[in-house]
Parts: sequence; structure tokens; C-alpha cells
Amino acid sequence: MPDRYLDLVNSPLGSAVASRVGLPRPAVLRRYQAGDPLLPGPLLLGSTSGAAPAELVDLLKSVGADVRDAQTDDDRWGALVLDATEIRTPSDLAGLRTFFAGRLRQLLPSGRVLVLGRAPDGADIATDASRQALDGVVRSIAKELQRGATANLLLVDEPAGTGTSVESALRFFLSGKSAYVDGQPVRLGSGEAPAPADWDHPLAGKTALVTGAARGIGAAIAGVLARDGASVIVADLAQAGEGLAKVANRLGGTTLHLDVASPDAPERLLAHLAAHTEGLDILIHNAGITRDKLLANMKPDQWDSVIAVNLESQLRINDALLGSRQLRDQARVVCLSSTTGLSGNRGQTNYAATKAGVIGLVRSAAAAFASHGDSTINAVAPGFIDTEMTAKMPLATREVARRLSSLQQAGLPVDVAEAVAWLSSPGAGGVNGQVLRVCGQNLVGA
Amino acid sequence: MSTRRAAILGGNRIPFARSNGPYSHASNQDMLTATIDGLVARFGLQGERVGEVAAGAVLKHSRDFNLTRESVLGSRLSPYTPAYDVQQACGTGLETAILVANKIALGQIESAVAGGVDTTSDAPIAVNEGLREVLLDVNRAKTVGGRLKALSRLRPQQIVPSIPANSEPRTGMSMGEHQAITTLEWGISRKDQDELAAASHQHLAAAYDRGFFDDLVTPFLGLTRDQNLRPDSTVEKLATLPPVFGRHLAGDAATMTAGNSTPLTDGASTVLLASDEWAAEHKLPVLAHLVDAETAAVDYVHGDRKADGLLMAPVYALPRLLARNKLSLQDFDLYEIHEAFASTVLCTLAAWEDAAFCRQYLGLDDALGSIDRTKLNVNGSSLAAGHPFAATGGRILASLAKQLHENGGGRGLISICAAGGQGVVAILEV
Ligand SMILES: NC(=O)c1ccc[n+]([C@@H]2O[C@H](COP(=O)([O-])OP(=O)(O)OC[C@H]3O[C@@H](n4cnc5c(N)ncnc54)[C@H](O)[C@@H]3O)[C@@H](O)[C@H]2O)c1
Repeated sequence: MPDRYLDLVNSPLGSAVASRVGLPRPAVLRRYQAGDPLLPGPLLLGSTSGAAPAELVDLLKSVGADVRDAQTDDDRWGALVLDATEIRTPSDLAGLRTFFAGRLRQLLPSGRVLVLGRAPDGADIATDASRQALDGVVRSIAKELQRGATANLLLVDEPAGTGTSVESALRFFLSGKSAYVDGQPVRLGSGEAPAPADWDHPLAGKTALVTGAARGIGAAIAGVLARDGASVIVADLAQAGEGLAKVANRLGGTTLHLDVASPDAPERLLAHLAAHTEGLDILIHNAGITRDKLLANMKPDQWDSVIAVNLESQLRINDALLGSRQLRDQARVVCLSSTTGLSGNRGQTNYAATKAGVIGLVRSAAAAFASHGDSTINAVAPGFIDTEMTAKMPLATREVARRLSSLQQAGLPVDVAEAVAWLSSPGAGGVNGQVLRVCGQNLVGA
Repeated sequence: MSTRRAAILGGNRIPFARSNGPYSHASNQDMLTATIDGLVARFGLQGERVGEVAAGAVLKHSRDFNLTRESVLGSRLSPYTPAYDVQQACGTGLETAILVANKIALGQIESAVAGGVDTTSDAPIAVNEGLREVLLDVNRAKTVGGRLKALSRLRPQQIVPSIPANSEPRTGMSMGEHQAITTLEWGISRKDQDELAAASHQHLAAAYDRGFFDDLVTPFLGLTRDQNLRPDSTVEKLATLPPVFGRHLAGDAATMTAGNSTPLTDGASTVLLASDEWAAEHKLPVLAHLVDAETAAVDYVHGDRKADGLLMAPVYALPRLLARNKLSLQDFDLYEIHEAFASTVLCTLAAWEDAAFCRQYLGLDDALGSIDRTKLNVNGSSLAAGHPFAATGGRILASLAKQLHENGGGRGLISICAAGGQGVVAILEV
């Protein structure tokens, strides 16, 4: 479904008209292409406690940023990165204003704001309150930014610039891979997160399986995992086999006809893995369906089928894998949730139940996966993404839904896929039991 | 020279469609290419140089002289994969597998794809023989006058195209009419034929329902299951159909209906074969091995009405195959007898059970005996799936190999009859 409005307002005439009558002006987002520079311009690094730690400077340089400090007199920034890990009191928060005021406007199109903070830990009330304040600041900056720029918050456990997963997180959030992730906090915990041998192919040597991969978001996920070096098994219903074969042949993967909701799905999956692989490193629970109806009119099978495909299948397959020899150590599982699971949606009680359920699932299963050789399980909650699923919506609803985010446009399947691929990478081992929204800071819900 | 057994690693086919149905605008090359690509996707063979691809079609356009190679070039296999066409009527699909299996056995190749395809919708239409001769003469003529002279021989009736018919060139009779005579000679009842047909539909439907075809079939042009399949088929419903073959026969001797005969069908199938070593290197499980095969032919033109029935050749091939492998007919766990017509299967079984026939025509001391019918065509066969001539062998081969593998071992027999009074039989073992 092409976004004609986005094309129009980015044409010379369209943009003049849109600005005169005050229509939304969505930007063409910077998306990752192999070989692109990390950022569209230099990165300004600051700290709320004097100078940023040398480790952080070195790390930013090593991931390819052109790092400048607050003395630099430039006025075009590719990124503004602030170390706010030492914030302890409400008055320390003024450091945010000092750093960002005047400079937000100097951010280039599709520029990045990244704040490094710490998660509240219950040790001191004033400190926790001040740390939590960062969340509100970053979400609000994200809403203030224009021209495809985004703001996100990294919550670290170690001093900024050290600790696991920071490098892979910086690579994701500064690059075009995070184009549609906006206003989101991510906690980088202490799980095992080895650096890959080759950052261009972080999944080399890994075996991945994506359910519901014949089209849409699943096909895009399979493509990005393959680009990053994984051997990919694409799974979908037997009826979807024609498209599935094309996806597999495009990316050099193999097909598996599997109805994830069938009673013997876990058993068949394990048998396939045992016969054809050395074990699974990455599992993406992407298969999902909608059967929208007001609850007042909902039929039992509309309710049951959505629960079975979107939630029960994931629970059963995870259980089977954890109890088998087919899941390798440092495995990564990513479950597709939805912003509907966070905010609810009229006519989607069944769907919202499953998408909220998935969030409960990953939070609760995180410990079990951590003790399976430092594996992780996380959810990605897409907002409005242009696929065949959303193409079924009425035109007006779709047009409005597309604009209802800070980035004023729908995301693309590849945006979800990039987030999934990051969470599937070895370097993201510090992220576990979390939900990452890929929604362009959707205005519906939190 | 030492030989080794060729392994069957799996297969892929498209659902079979009824003639002039969903595949009416698909050519043989379209179907074969899609089927190879589905195999490539299932086994991760993108860019792989397979030892050899052998396939064929029974009804073939002259432009498709290199059908298999062209399909390979259009597929995701390496363009460095050699290919050739084979044609042995309905035996084509099995014969291609035997040919490449023999090469694997001899160590000449390590991997191969065998297959077959047929369309009765996009069938070649030849120009009328008279018109063809005139046109060739026009082409040969050197002067304008000569050309006009040749053209002046054109007659209106020559414009009528000659559409290929499913009939034997030497007798002018269709396969169904031939089989109607054989059916009568062997005294096969209508009820037995209808029972076999109903079982075929029920078995095929059950196999689909339990997901048996999930890794054997890839949908094509929106069709996800064999179009001819009637899961609710019963003997009672089949009993209501009028006979379509042998209607000239006296009394109630005409027993062959559209329900117990295969319909014209479009489709394609492929099978992946390899050495055990190649399979292990590619981490692909071996389903079964193609152990041995035999072909035979009967003199249906001049021979005995009963013993030399057009589709009776497998009856002759089997004892030779059994003797060479020191096996009896009862030494098999599964039997796949191609259901060209329900009565073909029943005549074949009747012949093997007939001591006098076995002595006189097969040179045996006694009857080969009967088989346990619960082991016959357990996942349905051509009556339910349909029969795109050259594609049937690949369908049977991959399904039988998979079923043997699921059973955890055993031996299976395949028997396929073919036009021209020919037959192909083969043994699979896990
Ligand atoms: N498109 C969006 O805006 C959006 C937003 C939030 C969440 N999501 C989620 O992302 C995932 C993918 O969505 P999409 O838009 O690509 O949907 P889609 O309908 O385009 O694709 C879903 C795929 O899943 C397959 N599938 C359905 N039931 C299955 C089963 N039982 N077993 C195996 N495969 C099955 C389908 O055949 C299809 O290929 C879903 O979980 C969806 O809920 C999508």
C-alpha cells in the first residue's frame, strides 16, 4: 500500500502547500543501507556531570561516529548524545535543558537524540524519581523533534560506555536501523553479550526460524536475519507455501510448512530441527492473525482462533524448546506483540488479549531463558505498519492511523525487522524480558 | 565396479488440477520450474549445482524440445546444472528417477532431481497432417509459381487442427476403451472398482488432514490441494455414475465410470535423489533408497485379449524384479499401484493371484499370490489425486519414501502402467 500522502508532501509543490495550510509533513526516513555512514553528521557528546567518560567517547568513535564535545562550535548535528547516568536529584535534571536547548533545532533530518540513564533501583527515593524523570523528558523530546529525527533512552547498569550490550545498542539506535523506533526506553542489563566477529554479519553461523514468514513483517524479518548472516528457516501455513518458497529462494533459506496452532506443532518443529539443523539459535514468533469484531458480537471461533495462533502457540513452542536439546545456548527469542496490546483497540479485544499476553509471556519467561545458557526472550510491539494485514482496514481509518505518530507515517515491515534482528544478535544479550515498540511514537496509548 | 544405493531425500509437487481448471494458462515449463523452485526452497538448494536433472512430459510442444534444461535455467538451481528430457508415457516420472538413481549408484553423479510434468489444458495442437504437408511443400518450393502450386492443394478440411487424443496410434482406441476390454476379460466387478476409488479419495483426504503432504506439496496459482479430491466420496455415490468406457459391451459389462477412472489433469512433480554421503554433507535425512527397478512391455496390438491388455505390462515386470532380488510379492510393507483406472489395479492383482496365468505367461511355478490390501495405496493414489501423466511417478516415489521413513523402516513396491503397453516397477527400502 504506497503512502501517496508522504510522496506528495515531499514533492516541491506538495510541501509548499502542506506548510501553508498546516498539514502534517512526514519526512522520508533514513533507513539502513550497507555501507552508509552511521549518522548524517557529527555527534555531539555531553554529560550532566562534567565530561563524558573516556570509555563512552572511545566506544562511539569505534562504532563510526564523528564525536565532538560541547566546546565544538558546529550547528548541524547528526546526533546529540547525553550521558545522564549520574543524575541524583531533581535539580540535576537542569543539565538536560542546558545540553539540549538551542541544539535540538540543529539536529539534521533523521538525526538522533540518545540519553543514557540508569533504571530506578529502589535504593533512594529522590534518585529514583530523578531517574524516572528522564523517561518523561525523552518521550517529550521525541514529540518535539521534526524531520524524521528520533529520541530514545538507554538505561545502563554500568558506568556509561562500559557494560554489555551498549555497543550493539549504540549501533542500532544511531543508525538507520532504528528509523521507526521513537520515544522508547530500553534497559541494557548484564546478560552475556559477546561482540560478533563481524559487525556487518552479526548473525553469521546462527540458525534462525521465523513463523508466518510467507509475507509481510515475517518475510521482512527473514530477509534482515539472512542479510545479517543467519541461515533462515521460513515457516508458514501449507496454504501459504507458494509465497513462502519465493521468500526462501530470495534469501537462500529453507521452507517449513507448519501451522503453529496445530496440536502437534511443537513436536513437528523439534523433529524438523533435529533432522535438519545443529540446533536453533534464533526463534521469531511472528505468525499472527486478526479476527476483529466488537466484543458484543464476537463469535467463539473468532475469539479462540486468535488466542490459539497469537499466544498459545508461542507458549507451547517455547516450553517444548526449553525442554529439548534443540535450543542452543545464548539463544534469542523475539515475540511479535503490538501497540494494541499496550493501548487496547476498539473491536480488537481478542487480538489485544494476545498481544498483551505476549508481553506478560516475555516478562515471565525471561528468567527461564536466562538460565538456558544466557538466552533471552523479548517482545517487539509494532505500531501501524503497512502490510496486507493493515491493507484490510478502511481507507479513512488507515489514512488517519498512518499520521497518528510523532513521525506522522506508517512504518515499513523492514523497520520491525531491524529491531527484531538487533534483539536477535549476540550483542543484545543484555536485553531480556523487555518490550521494544517500533511505532514511530504512536500517539495512541502510552 | 562397486555400486551403492541411491537415496531419496524428499520431493515436491504442485497440487494437481483438473484439465482447463486453475492451471489452464500455465505451460509445462511454468509448472516444472515452479515445482523445481519449491524443491529448492524446501531443501535450501539455491545456487546448488545438482549432478543432473531428468524430467519429461508426455504431451509436449515442439518448442519445448529442451523442456527440463529450460526449466532448470528458469529455476534457482545453479545454471551449471545439466538436464535432459525423458519420455516413457505414464512411466516417465518413475523412469527418470531410475535413470538418475543408476548414475548415482555407479558413482557418476552425487545428486539429482527427477521429475515430470503434464498439461492437458495447454496441450500442443498440431496442424492437420494434410495442411502440414502442403505447408512444408510451400516452404520447399523455390519459385513463387511453385509456392502457389503447392498452396493450390489446400482443402477446407485441412484447416481443422489435430488435437492430441489419449489414444493408441496402432489401435486407434483410447486407453479407457482398451482397459474396458481388459476389465471384462478379468471379470472385475463395478463394485470392486468403486470401492477402490472411494478408498483412494478417503486415504488422500486423511493424508492431507494429518499434514502428510505438508513437506511434499507446494501450492501453485492459488490451488492448495489436489482439485480432483472428493473427501466425501463413497461407494454409494460412485455407484450412481454412468459408465463412460466400454459402452458398446453387452449387458452390464460396461463398468468403468468417470468416478473409477482418472480424469485429465495438469501438474508437476520432482524428487531429490543423492548418494548417502551427499545427503549427510547437506544434513538432509534419507527417507528411503531406490533399490532396483524393471520395465516390461506387452504386445497389446496382436497379443491375447486378456494376458496382453494395454496396461498389463507391470504384471510381467514384477516377477523378473522379484527373482533378481530374491523376494516374494508378500515381502513388502507398502504397495503403490498406480490407479490409471481402478480396474487396472484390480486386474494387476488378479493376474498375480491367478496360478494358471502365472504359469503360462510369467513362467512361474505358481501364483505370485495376493497382497494385504490394507498396505495398498495407503495415502491415496491417482483416482483421487489425478494423473498428470509424467508427474505421477514423482508423486508416488516421494510419498512412498516418506511413508516408509515414517514407519521407521520397511520395503515398498511401486507399479506403474504406461501407454504403448509398457510398465515400470521399482523397489524402495529404507
Ligand atoms: N501490520 C501491522 O501493522 C502490525 C502491527 C502490530 C503487530 N503486528 C504483528 O506482526 C505479525 C505479522 O503481521 P503482518 O502484518 O505481517 O501479518 P500478515 O497477515 O501479512 O502475515 C502473517 C503471516 O502469518 C501466517 N500465519 C497465520 N496463521 C498462521 C499459523 N497458524 N501458523 C503459521 N503461520 C501463520 C500467515 O499465513 C501470514 O503469512 C503479527 O503477529 C501481527 O500481529 C502487525
